[in-house]
Amino acid sequence: MWKRFRSNIGAMVGVAILLAVILIAVCAPLIYPHGPWQMVQRPFLPPMSVDGLPLGTDTLGRNVAAQLAYGAQVSLLVGLVSTIVALLIGVPLGAVAGFYGNWVDEGAMRFTEFFQTIPNFALAIVLVAIFEPTLASITLAIAIVSWPPVARLVRAEVMSVRKREFVDAATLAGLSRPKILITQVLPNTVSPIIVMASLMVATAILLESSLSFLGLGDPNAMSWGYMIGAARTVIRTSWWLSFFPGIAIVLTVLALNLIGEGLNDALNPHLSRKGRA
Amino acid sequence: MKKPALSIENLSIGLPQGADRDFAVENLSFAIEKGEILCVVGESGSGKSMTANALMGLLPPGVDVRGGKARFEGQDVLALPETDKQAMRGERIAMIFQEPMTALNPLMRIGDQIAEVFAAHNRLTTPERRNRALELIREVGLPDPEKIIRAYPFQLSGGQRQRAMIAMALALEPKLLIADEPTTALDVTTQAQILKLILNLREKHGMAVMFITHDFGVVAEIADQVIVMQEGKMVERGPAQQVLVTPEHPYTQRLLDAIPTGKLPQARPLGTVPALEIKSLRKTYRTGGGLFKPVREVHAIDNVSLSVARGEVLGLVGESGSGKSTLGRTAVRLVTPDSGQVLVGGVDIAALSEEELRKERHKVQMVFQDPYASLNPRQKIISAITGGPITRGVPRAKAEERARELLEVVGLGADAATRYPHEFSGGQRQRIGIARALAMDPELIVADEAVSALDVSIQAQVLDLLRDLRSRLDLSILFITHDLRVAAQLCDRIAVMQKGKLVEIGTVHEIFQSPKQAYTRQLLAAVPGADWQREEAATA
Repeated sequence: MWKRFRSNIGAMVGVAILLAVILIAVCAPLIYPHGPWQMVQRPFLPPMSVDGLPLGTDTLGRNVAAQLAYGAQVSLLVGLVSTIVALLIGVPLGAVAGFYGNWVDEGAMRFTEFFQTIPNFALAIVLVAIFEPTLASITLAIAIVSWPPVARLVRAEVMSVRKREFVDAATLAGLSRPKILITQVLPNTVSPIIVMASLMVATAILLESSLSFLGLGDPNAMSWGYMIGAARTVIRTSWWLSFFPGIAIVLTVLALNLIGEGLNDALNPHLSRKGRA
Repeated sequence: MKKPALSIENLSIGLPQGADRDFAVENLSFAIEKGEILCVVGESGSGKSMTANALMGLLPPGVDVRGGKARFEGQDVLALPETDKQAMRGERIAMIFQEPMTALNPLMRIGDQIAEVFAAHNRLTTPERRNRALELIREVGLPDPEKIIRAYPFQLSGGQRQRAMIAMALALEPKLLIADEPTTALDVTTQAQILKLILNLREKHGMAVMFITHDFGVVAEIADQVIVMQEGKMVERGPAQQVLVTPEHPYTQRLLDAIPTGKLPQARPLGTVPALEIKSLRKTYRTGGGLFKPVREVHAIDNVSLSVARGEVLGLVGESGSGKSTLGRTAVRLVTPDSGQVLVGGVDIAALSEEELRKERHKVQMVFQDPYASLNPRQKIISAITGGPITRGVPRAKAEERARELLEVVGLGADAATRYPHEFSGGQRQRIGIARALAMDPELIVADEAVSALDVSIQAQVLDLLRDLRSRLDLSILFITHDLRVAAQLCDRIAVMQKGKLVEIGTVHEIFQSPKQAYTRQLLAAVPGADWQREEAATA
């Protein structure tokens, strides 16, 4: 499996970009010990015009490069944590619905549909508006709007796996139903979940950026979306203020998507598009 | 000498790197004459289907023709450009496949699918196409052609679908028909009909047929010429009679020996203590049923009573849909019956609650049909076998020791324990399945088509194992199969089921030599190669 993944150039590029972003995020406090909020120079300095400020300064004279590095922290953290929370909600719900069927399935799926009928982004905005906009509440809001697809995926996978004969064999071995679900069925649904999770991190980063752009981000956290939001009024005079965070978002999301595609091809070789060409 | 319809010279088909051998087919040469049926026989992985796919230009990616020629109507079909191949497919060489369900487009009416063949080759006008489709449907013996032409594939039975496939293949009067295991997925009686149809059509159209099969019984029924393949190489070739009666190559001999013959084993004295008693069992499936639709009822088991004595092997034989599998699943209570009793060692399994049942589960175990689906791919062999005993409270160390012992018993060796299922072949997986069932010390084992998915030589080995276990461990087995020949080899008594009802039950000798019911006689007559084996038994 790793061999197949490694031979996928796109996926390896994705991994390289993601590692770079992670490295920048982790090293941000070392490179810019003063944090992203401190004013360092005159405002509106274009990139490369002053030594030590390769990406220039923003409307208040803060270092754009430092903001980007700290923004990476926020984006990755929100993306990762919200995905984990979404999995924690979606996987058990989907698994139970798919495995037990009947009214359990009906109940769980109607509950899921309830969340799916409300547009994702609108719900996220409402949730953040109700809570205080802190990193925790934003993460939770993103998780709450992104678990339904997980539940549906896991349900479908579980439904197909539970009809396989080894599940009957486990029943005959006298294993209890919950134990069969956990030890026999769920391990066989892991690969599509991993693939979906990698793509969900990307979606979560986009959602967080969009929320911050609208000014619903955590006011104490520097994020890429906040940077673009703050720069939108001066976009014609100082293009670099929105351009660089934009590029950062594009690269990170692209990297995660490439990794997701690579994982998909590696874990489900039969569905690989390359084999059919 | 006649000019052959197809002659293949030194065909070699290469496999991608990392496969278990370099060539799928190596240096294969043969010829089929006009109006001749050539059977290509071999076990799975022998390269017989690859040969057919190469002729049709349907090789999977990574597999390619490395050399050789296939002369058909003066052209080398392997060297034709793709557009010419496309014109040739269907028009002059047609193919029918093993799985009639997946080979037909589920969203297209049968008539349209046949008409599409004409459309693809720009023949006839639309109304003519329809008329011709009707004619073809009539020719392949489908009932009620006017209705069939408007039917979707899912509305037809397996045999009817295969007939529809044949109608499509015949549409443009091909010179060569390639049939890739066309009857493997069918019941014996249906298989007999389809084989007869192919024989008739050959007579009428004079086309050459390349018939791929693994079943020597089928070979005996229809072949003029036979080729035996082993691991990509042709090991024997000759007229059918010669290959079947006086095989020269040891591999052919081995294959022929492995065929479950109609020869009946010695009757054994049977115990009288019942291991399993089934009393007036009923199970009805209800489907559909809405406001305006009537409920469709299928009586899967209709008032069946039978018993399996301790140490006995009872064969449960029937065609698909006869309810034999449902009965087997009821015996282990994977299915709960509507009424009736399933007594195992005096306890009515059918009446237990979920909790009580879990404690009694170990008494009846099952060996499943599909060796690839019956083992959890993410679980090591040892935990697959010990899972049940450990749940029952056997200490882990003891359960593992016993599992290793059992792996030895089924002929795999204790070192198999720490490996994963994908490292084993189909036959080996079936042995693991048997070990798993034995680990529970059951009173009865239900084997549901346990050898049906295996090649003949592997099938013979697993049957040997079951026979050996039967005498060594005094096992009681309910052996479910669609193949009377297999049942004859292992069973003491045979029960015949049809449409949920028990038609006849008796010792193997009674069933084979003096069947009382018409249906049993029909089943016996439909066994492919029945005549050939009778001759053989007479001469032996």
